[in-house]
Amino acid sequence: MTHDRSPSTPADRPPGPETLRGGPGAAKPDPILVVDGLQRRFGGLVAVDVDHLEVQRGSITALIGPNGAGKTTLFNLLTGFDRADHGTWTFDGRPVHGVPAHRLVRSGMVRTFQLTKVLSRMTVLENMRLGAPEQRGEGLLRALVRPLWARQEAEITARAEALLTRFALGRMRDEYAGSLSGGQRKLLEMARALMTSPRMVMLDEPMAGVNPALTQTLLDHVRTLRDEGMTVLFVEHDMDMVRDISDWVVVMAQGRVIAEGPPAMVMSDPAVVDAYLGAHHDAPLTGSLQEDRP
Amino acid sequence: MDWSTVLTNAATSLVGLQTIVYALAAVGLNLHFGYTGLLNFGQAAFAAVGAYGLAIVVASAGLPLPVGLAAGLAGSVVLSVLLGLPTLRLRADYLAIATIAAAEILRISARSSTLREFTGGASGINGFTEPFHDLNPLPPGTYGFGPWRYHERDLWVLLVGWTVLAVCCLVVWLLVRSPWGRVLRGIREDEDAARGLGKNVYAYKMQALAIGGVIGTLAGFVYALGQGSVQPDLYGTELTFFAYTVLLLGGVARVLGPVVGAAIFWVVLSLTDTVLRGAVDEGWLTFMSTTQVGQVRFMLVGLALMFLMIFRPQGIFGDPRQIALDAR
Repeated sequence: MTHDRSPSTPADRPPGPETLRGGPGAAKPDPILVVDGLQRRFGGLVAVDVDHLEVQRGSITALIGPNGAGKTTLFNLLTGFDRADHGTWTFDGRPVHGVPAHRLVRSGMVRTFQLTKVLSRMTVLENMRLGAPEQRGEGLLRALVRPLWARQEAEITARAEALLTRFALGRMRDEYAGSLSGGQRKLLEMARALMTSPRMVMLDEPMAGVNPALTQTLLDHVRTLRDEGMTVLFVEHDMDMVRDISDWVVVMAQGRVIAEGPPAMVMSDPAVVDAYLGAHHDAPLTGSLQEDRP
Repeated sequence: MDWSTVLTNAATSLVGLQTIVYALAAVGLNLHFGYTGLLNFGQAAFAAVGAYGLAIVVASAGLPLPVGLAAGLAGSVVLSVLLGLPTLRLRADYLAIATIAAAEILRISARSSTLREFTGGASGINGFTEPFHDLNPLPPGTYGFGPWRYHERDLWVLLVGWTVLAVCCLVVWLLVRSPWGRVLRGIREDEDAARGLGKNVYAYKMQALAIGGVIGTLAGFVYALGQGSVQPDLYGTELTFFAYTVLLLGGVARVLGPVVGAAIFWVVLSLTDTVLRGAVDEGWLTFMSTTQVGQVRFMLVGLALMFLMIFRPQGIFGDPRQIALDAR
């Protein structure tokens, strides 16, 4: 992995020469995801209009912006869950626009959802097993003959159990996923995404609706992903969390990328503060966003 | 009232042709609805394609039985593709609309006078079962014990029917315990989640639709061969909804649920029928006539289904823990 930044000090690491220059569309030394001229309209509304965006490999990049900024739409477009009207993007050097969602997963890009999608009437372990890629037993005819896939199933189960232990869900393995708490569902969804052996993990509001005690655990898990060499792109509202763990912050407003750069730099950007205060007109207007949240 | 007739009728219903046919139709629906979450309201169409495919090829075209069976199965797969291609990318309700409409189109076309030359119109087709009975290894005679006594022809139909049903249950069991079945259940729970884990949801839904449809077609074969004729009105929406009733009775997403459900359904219909009829004849029930019994017993079935949904929504075999969970 080509880290040009130390993972342990996210806020004040010395950035590489290219990353020093923030601003929308900034070039990165080793981008894993490159987006060009991406546009998505819903009727007359331009939901996403991104000229250029790069995501640095092996980093944690936060995607922030007020409600309706187009963050989730951008996620859906990039992961093949929605169709772009214009634009191209490459993942790991290969063009992937127009590639269906399930094939993007196989090429190493996995996502989670804003509203957790655990498979309620399946056990936690079955949820995990489903995530494993290239299962021989998923072919219709091979499925009939257990010996053809039994050994792979055992390997998958072992991997699933290891991940469940890491995410503190080991005791829940035989429970229905629908009986898990909200926080456990978030953990399960993240663990299940890892079953696909991804190189890039896209998390849509991983902390939404999670109690503060669990937030720290989730943050640690996200950091671990980066330390294992994965690239993380996540949507988040919580500024503290963004400041805490992200290496790079991309700010969207009204479908466009209005600013990007290291967290400290972006959060003092007047355009960003305006975008947030403009959207949160009912928030106390006693000062800038930073002063609101110590 | 003759209680021995009541019990004999119930006992023959337990293993009878209707039980096999509805169990098969429901096994197919179970794969659609129970395991994949597909709302197929046109299982009657799949059965009709089997019955008519067989009857037309054998009776009208004079071709051998295996060709008729092959034609029925091929027709079934074509029907799945026609129904699935445009609807399986859309929300679940579109498949429901397309399937129920297709089933009625097929039935009404089959009974139309324009196609009488091929389908026999409202009176249907008969005289195509001899090749099937020629295969019967049983010498002529009466077989069985207790209330179950059959001539060799009826017994042959029942033996073949139960064998087909057993094989279908075995195949479904093998499939749903496999990773393939796990993908289906994943799609049932949340298709975006399955897609987000790299599964080609569309292809899996298509496979499930086709396999469940083929099982429905087998129900059509057994029905046609057992009845010795094919009539359009046997393949109305009633067949589909009785099959759903059978499925809900036995328990959704359980391999043997449809078999138990079908047996209970037809035994209860038989019991209520003979008991009510007897009661009217004996003068115990004065407020209805024997001709009304047929309707009243379906009211009772409806009532029983309501109580089932209220007090045991998971069906006879279902897992109550699954019902307790909210779907999302």
